[in-house]
Amino acid sequence: MATRALDTLPLRETDAGDLTPDQLRDLYRILANVRRLDTSAVAWQRQGLIPGYAPMLGQEAAQVGAGFGVDKTRDFVFPTYREMGVAYTLGVNMVGYMSTHKAIWHGGLYDPVATHFAPFQAVVGGSVLHAVGWAHGQTLNGQTLNGTAAATGGTASASKTGLGVGLAFLGDGASSQGDVHEAMNFAAILKAPVVFFVQNNGWAISVPTEQQVAGGSVAARAAGYSMPAVQVDGNDVLAVLDATQRAVAHARAGLGPVVVEAMTYRRGPHSTSDDPGRYRTLEDEKIGGGEDPLSRFRTILLAEKVADAAFFAEADAQAQTRADEIRDGVVALTSRPGSEMFDFVFQESTPTLGAQARQWREESEHV
Amino acid sequence: MSDVLERIQETPLLQLSMQQAINRALGEILEADDRALIFGEDVGVLGGVFRVTDGLQQRFGANRVFDTPLAESGILGTAIGLAMAGFHPIPEVQFDGFAYPAVNQIITQLARMNYRSRGTLPMPVTLRVPSFGGIRAPEHHGESLESLFAHVPGLKVVSPANPQQAYHLLKHAASMPDPVIFMEPKARYWNKAGVDLTENSASLEGAVIARPGTHATLIAWGGMVSRCLQVAELAAEDGIELEVLDLRWLKPIDEAQLAASVSRTRRAIVVHEGPRTIGLGAEVAALVSQSCFDTLRAPVERVTGFDVPYPSGDLEDEYIPNIDRILFGVQRVLEYRRG
Repeated sequence: MATRALDTLPLRETDAGDLTPDQLRDLYRILANVRRLDTSAVAWQRQGLIPGYAPMLGQEAAQVGAGFGVDKTRDFVFPTYREMGVAYTLGVNMVGYMSTHKAIWHGGLYDPVATHFAPFQAVVGGSVLHAVGWAHGQTLNGQTLNGTAAATGGTASASKTGLGVGLAFLGDGASSQGDVHEAMNFAAILKAPVVFFVQNNGWAISVPTEQQVAGGSVAARAAGYSMPAVQVDGNDVLAVLDATQRAVAHARAGLGPVVVEAMTYRRGPHSTSDDPGRYRTLEDEKIGGGEDPLSRFRTILLAEKVADAAFFAEADAQAQTRADEIRDGVVALTSRPGSEMFDFVFQESTPTLGAQARQWREESEHV
Repeated sequence: MSDVLERIQETPLLQLSMQQAINRALGEILEADDRALIFGEDVGVLGGVFRVTDGLQQRFGANRVFDTPLAESGILGTAIGLAMAGFHPIPEVQFDGFAYPAVNQIITQLARMNYRSRGTLPMPVTLRVPSFGGIRAPEHHGESLESLFAHVPGLKVVSPANPQQAYHLLKHAASMPDPVIFMEPKARYWNKAGVDLTENSASLEGAVIARPGTHATLIAWGGMVSRCLQVAELAAEDGIELEVLDLRWLKPIDEAQLAASVSRTRRAIVVHEGPRTIGLGAEVAALVSQSCFDTLRAPVERVTGFDVPYPSGDLEDEYIPNIDRILFGVQRVLEYRRG
C-alpha cells in the first residue's frame, strides 16, 4: 500500500475484511466499465450526440474505490458534476445520469431517492452542506425526538447498527469555497456522520492545486476542526477503498466527520469545451498522471493470480458492450415535454405559474 | 402614532404581540409535527435576539431547537440536507441583511432542489427572516429583500402585517411542501393585537382587505400595512375613503384580489420600504395596468424607499414611506387629470 502523507483516523482496520477474489474481479470490472463509459462519453460529444461532458479520466480508482466503500442501502452520496464513476459504482441508471449531459434535465433522470445519489450538481461545493444536513438528520433519527422515537425516514435499516453516512464529494477547487469551511465546521460541531471525500486532481479548470489550496492539502485542514483525516494515493483503488471504509465506519459509529483526500490527477480536460494545451504541456500530464490507475490494479491482480489476461480481455469487451448499451439508451432519450418546465417548480403550483403555463401552451402548440 | 384599528379588536381574542404570536405558532408546529426543527443563530438558550423562539429549546430539547455556528450559508445548506432526510426545517436568519451570505444556497439550491430532482426531493423549508426597517439598527439590519426573493423561481414569499396573520400564516407556511421565505416585520414585533386562534386555512391564501374604501386602494405588506391604515384613518377625516389591500403573499401575488380592489376604486398607490427601481411595486403596477387599464383613473403611484443604501437610524424616517409621503401619493392619484 502506498505511503500515506497524512493519516489521523484512529480507526486502523474495519471489519470489512480483505476482498475476496470475486470482489477484486468485480472491482476491476467496474473500473473497466467506468473507463470505457467515460472515454465513450467524450466520443459522443465529438460525434454530436451530447453537447458537453466533464471527463473523469484518471480518477477511476478514486471514484470507484470510494463508491465501493458506500453502503447504498443507508448511506447517501452528494456528488458534483464529475462523479460518474461513483454513480456507476452505486448502480445509478447511467442513461438517466447521462441525460444531464444530453441537456435533457439538469439534475439527471435517475431517481436520487432510490439510488441514494443526490441530483447532479453544477455548483462547485454546493452540495457539501447538504451532506452535513442529511447526516445530522441521521443522528436525529437515531435519537429521541419529542419524547418518542422518531420516524426513521425510510433510509435506516433496523437490522444494521450505526448511522447512515453522508458522503460529500468535492475537489481541490471546491475546497476554496466558503461553504466547504462552513460545512466542515458545522459537521464537526454537530458531530455529523459525514465523510468529506476530496478528489484532489491537481487542477480546477486551468488553475493548479498550488495556486488553489494553501498548504497543498485539504486533509491538513481537518486538524483545525478536530476532525481526523486520511490522505490517500487516489490512483490506488484498494487504498482508496480502505480509506473510505475506515472513514465511513468512523462516521457510522457516531464519532463524527472525517476528511478523505484522494490525491489523483485529472488526465483529461476540465470539460469537452476545455483546451488544457493553454495551461499545461503533454509532458506535464505525463508526469502528473503517473501510472494509469487501471494498469496499476491489473498488475496487482496478476501478481496475486486473481485474474489473467483472458479475464481482462473479457472484462474490457464487456465494458465496451455496456457502454454501447448505454449509448443506445442515450440516443433514444427524447426531450422532456415543455410542460415539465412548470410542473416541478413547486410541489404545489401557484395561480401565477399556472397562468404562465397556460399561456405557453396556447402560444406554443400551433408550431 | 397609535394603532387604533388594532386596539379596537373585541375581546375575548387573545392579546398577543407578533413576537408572542409567532412564538406560540412555532410551539404548536413543533408539537404537532415531530419532523419540524428550529435552528439558527442564538435561537436556543437565548431564545433569539428578538425572543421569538423563547422557551422552545427548554420545551422541546436541543435536538429540535438548536443553535448553529454563525454562518448563514451553513444554516441554509444544512436545512436543505435535513429536508432531504425527511425533516421540516424552520431555520432563522437573524436579520434581513444576514440573508445575503445565504443567497447562494437559497437561490442555487433551496429554490431549485424540487425542480432539479423532478419533485422527488421536496424542500419543505420555512425560512424566518426578521425583516424591514424601523428599529434604529446598524447597517444591514433594516433591509427589504422581498423583490430579490420573489424574483427567484421556486420560492414563495409571505409577510404578515399583524399578530393574527403572523400566527396563522406561519403555521400555514410550515405545513407547505415548498420553500417559503417568511418575512417578519421586526418593527411590529412588540405591538399587541387580538388573535383568533381558530381562523380556518382557506383564508390564508392570497391578499386581504385590511380596510374597505372607495376612492383609491393602498397596496402594502408587512410593516407598511399598519402605516397605510393610519393614513386611511386620517384621510377619512377629510372624507376620502381609502381601501387598504394587504397583499400578505408577495409570491405568488393575489392577482385576482388586486384586480378586484383596484377595479372598484380605480386608483392605486403601492407602498413599500424597499428601493423603488425593480421593487415589488413595479410588479404590482404592471399587474394593475394589465388588469385595470380601462378603469384606471390615474397611473399607479409608488410610494417607496429610495434607490439608496438603507440609511442609518437617524435618517430612517426620511427613507421609509411616512404618513405624509403616502398622503402625497394619494393626493397625486386623486388629483390626476388626463392631459
